[in-house]
Amino acid sequence: MKPVLEVANLRVSFASGTRAVRGISLAVQRGETHCLVGESGCGKSVSSLAIMNLLARGATRSADILRFHDTDLLKLTERQMAQLRGDKLAMIFQEPMTSLNPAYTIGSQMAEALTRHRRISRAKALDRAAELLERVGITAPGMRLAQYPHQLSGGLRQRVMIAMALMCDPELLIADEPTTALDVTVQAQILRLLQTLQRELGLALLLITHDLGIVARMAQRVSVMYAGEVVESASAEALFARPTHPYTRGLLECIPIPGASRRDAPLGSIPGVVPRIGPDFKGCGFRDRCAHAAPICAEMAPLQHAAPNHDYLCRLPPDWPEAAAA
Amino acid sequence: MLQFLLRRALLAVLVCLTVLVVAFVLTRLSGDLAISIAGPQATAEDIATIRQNYGLDRPLVVQFFDWAAHAAQGDLGRSYLYHAPVAGLIADRLPITLTLGLSGLAIALLVAIPLGILAAMYEATFVDRAIGIVALIGQAMPSFWIGLVLIIVLGLKLQWLPISGVDTWEGYIMPAVVLAFSAIPALMRLTRAGMIDALASDYIRTARAKGLRPGRIVLKHALRNAAMPVVSVAAVQLGFMLGGSIVIEAVFALHGVGYLAWESISKNDFPVVQAVVLFLAVVYIGLTLLADMMNAVLDPRLRTA
Ligand SMILES: Nc1ncnc2c1ncn2[C@@H]1O[C@H](COP(=O)(O)OP(=O)(O)OP(=O)(O)O)[C@@H](O)[C@H]1O
Ligand code: SF4
Ligand SMILES: [Mg+2]
Repeated sequence: MKPVLEVANLRVSFASGTRAVRGISLAVQRGETHCLVGESGCGKSVSSLAIMNLLARGATRSADILRFHDTDLLKLTERQMAQLRGDKLAMIFQEPMTSLNPAYTIGSQMAEALTRHRRISRAKALDRAAELLERVGITAPGMRLAQYPHQLSGGLRQRVMIAMALMCDPELLIADEPTTALDVTVQAQILRLLQTLQRELGLALLLITHDLGIVARMAQRVSVMYAGEVVESASAEALFARPTHPYTRGLLECIPIPGASRRDAPLGSIPGVVPRIGPDFKGCGFRDRCAHAAPICAEMAPLQHAAPNHDYLCRLPPDWPEAAAA
Repeated sequence: MLQFLLRRALLAVLVCLTVLVVAFVLTRLSGDLAISIAGPQATAEDIATIRQNYGLDRPLVVQFFDWAAHAAQGDLGRSYLYHAPVAGLIADRLPITLTLGLSGLAIALLVAIPLGILAAMYEATFVDRAIGIVALIGQAMPSFWIGLVLIIVLGLKLQWLPISGVDTWEGYIMPAVVLAFSAIPALMRLTRAGMIDALASDYIRTARAKGLRPGRIVLKHALRNAAMPVVSVAAVQLGFMLGGSIVIEAVFALHGVGYLAWESISKNDFPVVQAVVLFLAVVYIGLTLLADMMNAVLDPRLRTA
């Protein structure tokens, strides 16, 4: 089956010389959840903004493939891209506190997401907004629509952002840590809603999260990012059963029972910090923190297959430590 | 909001009083008023009579409160020069000054805001730098000089516009343009700075993520948030234009409030000086209050906080 979103060798660098994303590849199928995980600063948000072509000024992106269904996103003009955005391609940002315009009501901001793309009256658009607010668990949606962002708590704003992204029934939703400000019950409700949309409408979901519990619950596929690269990519099942990259193994050791929800389990309780990746960087980005680093790791980290559709970026063979780590 | 307005009103009264005391004392410091009223041919007796008639022999404090009490009832006194009530003199000249100030501000906003928006949208490009240089040149030219250049070129050489007086509306064009000139650089820079901040904000990214068209993003989502400092400064600029257009009114021979102020200061017509100062203080305070209220309309956070 052709994926809804296909990305190959996506790169983003900033004017400062930082290479925030270094050739990542991933695909999201219809009705599928693809989770993007990795510790703070590894390039998850920048990757998703690059897909939407919403990068800040001074950032440059390039890719071999960046395709939405059959549309080559790299070839679209800004105008054509704007027609897709908010309609078939939606995004929920990581910053719920600042992502709503302080000068306009929730209703006005939600309604325009729909009236931009559909021939529909403002009143109908507001009805749709109220319905979605209710579905993300907001009581008295009519009142909320008339309120301004500063009158809403962080959790409410985050739910408004989620509802707003769903206004046009997108085919692909990129959600950047969409539930961080929510308590466990509301989070569960949102995740259920997303799963329903996937079942009913075939929504493809690229979900960025720190929470391995959410990964275990939602993901069919997982890409693990480190220092701007996808260091391991596999089905969720395979990743939890046979994590292969040393970084992934480190991550999974942070949760005692794989799959059990331990919220706020910090990704990367592995000692050390992510290196700043400048233009001349080469070799494995993880080598400063890796217990198995060898001289060759300063030169390169090869892409290897642990199994069909299970790739990782490391010199070690798939069945280490048994075989070769020593 | 109500409490906020009350606090502002109280502050306004205090500012008014301070300005008045200062104006009152300064006019008294500038020489013996009785001598200047009496004129050069007056005898010592004449002067003494005048001093007594006008109540200038009383202590300053008494004079001040006497005047303030009358002013509070709308009686601003009589001009020594025109032998007419001061309130009437100001009212006669107000339409000219108001028309001039409002059209000056309108021109300034119509030029400064689009330029500021353009400079912000094309930040750090050729467009931005070109606009910045034009603003800098505009700022460097004194307004009387611009006025004279306009008079020479448009009025005398090309004879497109009348060079003085406001018998027709065309008479307002040149002085209004000159007034606008002095306000444009500041308004433009503020618009630019506000728009740069707004355009880099997360909510603009959200607007783009919704696929909104560039015009709507810039004019609806960004400009609304960038407008507040512009409104505040525009109010102050209008205050300057209403009171400080003395030079312009002189250059273009417009008999507005500014001209009246200049005349009364030079002739030491102190009831007029005091009244104009009071008028300007009230105008300034009224305008800042208006700006605050407009900002409350623009920003819901100010309304409900
Ligand atoms: N506008 C920018 N200019 C320069 N560098 C940036 C910019 N935005 C992000 N970066 C850099 O790009 C790298 C990746 O940032 P990104 O926001 O994608 O991280 P992340 O994986 O989303 O982290 P988090 O989990 O904290 O959200 C970081 O090193 C960051 O400093
Ligand atoms: S390539 Fe080397 S340094 Fe990098 S993860 Fe593998 S063993 Fe560790
Ligand atoms: Mg992020």
